[in-house]
Amino acid sequence: MTKDHITKPEEIRRQANMTDYDAARAESTWDVAQGLIDGLPGDKLNIAHEAIDRHVANGHGEQTALRWIGKDGARRDFTYADLQQQTNRFAGVLRAQGLASGDRVYALMGRTPDLYIAALGTLKAGCVFCPLFSAFGPEPIHARMEIGGANALITTARLYKRKVAGLRDRLPELRTVFLTDGEADGCATLPPLMQAAPDRFATEAMDPEDMALLHFTSGTTGKPKGVVHVHEAVVAHNMTGRIALDLRPGDIYWCTADPGWVTGTSYGIIAPLTNRVTMIVDEAEFDAGRWYDILEREAVTVWYTAPTAIRMLMKAGAEAVEGRDLSALRFMASVGEPLNPEAVVWSNEVFSRPFHDNWWQTETGGIMIANYASMDVKPGSMGKPLPGIDAGIVEVTEAGATEVTTPGTIGELALRPGWPSMMRGYLHEEARYKKCFRDGWYLSGDLAMRDAEGYFWFVGRADDLIKSAGHLIGPFEVESALIEHEAVAEAGVIGVPDETAGELVKAYVALKPRFEPTEDLKLDLLGHARKRLGPAVAPKDIVFRKNLPKTRSGKIMRRLLKARELGLPEGDISTLESDEQ
Amino acid sequence: MTRDSIEQILTAELATIAPDIDMKDVDRSQDLREEFDIDSIDFLNLVTALAKRFGLEMPEADYPQMDTFDHLCDYLVAKTG
Repeated sequence: MTKDHITKPEEIRRQANMTDYDAARAESTWDVAQGLIDGLPGDKLNIAHEAIDRHVANGHGEQTALRWIGKDGARRDFTYADLQQQTNRFAGVLRAQGLASGDRVYALMGRTPDLYIAALGTLKAGCVFCPLFSAFGPEPIHARMEIGGANALITTARLYKRKVAGLRDRLPELRTVFLTDGEADGCATLPPLMQAAPDRFATEAMDPEDMALLHFTSGTTGKPKGVVHVHEAVVAHNMTGRIALDLRPGDIYWCTADPGWVTGTSYGIIAPLTNRVTMIVDEAEFDAGRWYDILEREAVTVWYTAPTAIRMLMKAGAEAVEGRDLSALRFMASVGEPLNPEAVVWSNEVFSRPFHDNWWQTETGGIMIANYASMDVKPGSMGKPLPGIDAGIVEVTEAGATEVTTPGTIGELALRPGWPSMMRGYLHEEARYKKCFRDGWYLSGDLAMRDAEGYFWFVGRADDLIKSAGHLIGPFEVESALIEHEAVAEAGVIGVPDETAGELVKAYVALKPRFEPTEDLKLDLLGHARKRLGPAVAPKDIVFRKNLPKTRSGKIMRRLLKARELGLPEGDISTLESDEQ
Repeated sequence: MTRDSIEQILTAELATIAPDIDMKDVDRSQDLREEFDIDSIDFLNLVTALAKRFGLEMPEADYPQMDTFDHLCDYLVAKTG
C-alpha cells in the first residue's frame, strides 16, 4: 500500500453493493434505479412514501428508522411505524392550517426529531420543503424566504424571537409560523396541534416533475439561488445512496451534515430512509470525544461526514481513538470540499479503512463522482463518475464548451444532464439557470482534471465563491451586509486558506471619509455582520484599506485581493482602474 | 488569579469573537455556542486565544468541560489555580 494508492482486498470488493464498477456502468442505471422505487398508482410518486410508508407496508414498521441523540445525551428512537404516524400528523396539521399541495414550508431549527418529521410530513402533504441552516442570521433567512415565497415556517421559540419576528412584515406570503416549543404572538404552537391531528393521512400522489425540495445556494453576484428539485429525485437519492455510500437495509448510518444544507437532506433524510437503514441524528455540534463515543456505542456501520470535521478529528490525535472498538464501521465517506490526501491516508491508518471522498453540488441533488467500496482509492481524488453519469473536463470559450480528453488537462468539470435528481431550475431565475448549460453540458463552476485512469481531481473554483467548512458562501451577500454599515464605503470579500475549515471568510473594507480604522470599529463591524448574516456566513476577519482595487466599471477585483493575500502572481490587471491602498 | 479576573478575560475574549452579543442577554448555565451564537471555528479560535492568554494547554479532550460560560470559567479557575 503506497500513499498514492489504497488497494481494496478482494473480500471487501465482493461485499460491496456494487462489486464491479465497469460492469455497473455498462448497465442502464436509471432504469434499474426506477425499478427500486415503488411509486404510487397512475405513474405518481412521493418521496415520503418511498422513505417511510412502503417499508411499513412491507412489514418493517418495527425497525428503528431514527435514533436521536440529544445534546444532554438523551436518546429517543423512532421506528418506521412511529415515523409514519408522526409525519401523518404533521401533514394533517398543515392541511388543517390551510396549506395546500405546492405551498412552501420552511424549517429553521436544530437537529431535533421535529425537523425530520416536518420534512417528511411536508412532502406527504404535497408541499415543498425548504430547510434553512439555524446558524443563518436574519438577512440570509429573509432573502431565502422571500425568494421562495415561504407560506409556512416551522421553528423554535428562541430562533423565532432572535431571527424571524423582526422580518414578519417583510414576508407577506408567510401565513403560518409553527413553534415547536413555546408561544409567541402570531405563531401557532405545534405540540397540541400534533396531538389533535389524526395519525392517518393519505400521502399525496405527486407527478414525478412536481417540486418537492427547495435548497438555496450562493451566487458570486446577486441574491442566493433557489434550486428546484422534484419528487422524481428520489430515484437518484435511493440509487446513489446504495452505490456511493454502500447503504443497505439494517445499516446503522450516521450522516453528520445538518439538513439546512443539501447533504443533510439528500443523504441525511431521504437516501438513508429509502434504503431502510437506521439513521443516527446527533443534536450537538462537533466534539471529537462525543463523536467517537457515538461511533462505538451505536455500532455505526456507514459514516458520511465532511473534511473540516475529519481534520478536527486528526487534530484530536490517535489517542482519542485508542482502546475503542470501531469494528462495526464498514464504509466511510466525505463530502463538502476536497478531502486532502493526508486525511485519507490518516483515516486508513487509524480506522483501517479510508474515507471515500465524493463530489456533487446542490444543483446535482445527489452524488455524481465518488470513490466506491469496491474501487481502489487514490487519496486526494474525488473518484470516478457514478454509473449513469457522464462527466467530462471541458474548455469553455465564447465559441462554446469543448470536451478536453487529454489526461491531466485542467478545465471546467461538466456533466451531461438528464439524471433524476438534476435541478429543474433556479426559482424565478431562468436566465441564471440557462447560463449553467453550454452545448449539452451542465457546467459545474469547479475546475478539475481527469487522470489517465479516469479518476477526477479537484483543482479550484472557476469563480469567487468561498467554501468554508463545506458550505458555499457568496461574497456578494457578505459585502452587501457590510456596506449597510454607516462607516463602510466599499467592501471586498474573499476566502483565505485555513487548515481546518478549508477557507475562512475575510473582508477588506474601505471606510467613508469621517471614519477612523480603529479596533473598536472593527468589532462593531464584525458584530453588525454577525447580526445580519449569522456566524456561518459572517467574516472571521476584517481588515481596513484606504481603497480597494477596482475595474473601470467600479467592480471590486476580488481575484486581485486573493492573489495578493496568497502571494500569487496578479495575472491580467489590464482592467484595473483604481488600486488598493 | 481570581475568578473575577478570569471572568473578565473570558468576557473580553468572547467580545472579540461575538461583539454583537451582550453579556446581559446570556444565560451562563446554558450551551455556550448557542448563547453566543458561535460556530465550531469560532469556538476553536476562542480556545486558542484563551490557551495563549493563560499560558495553558487546553486539549480537545477537555472541550466537554467548556460547554457553558460557567463551566468554562470553572475549568480556567481550576487550571490556573
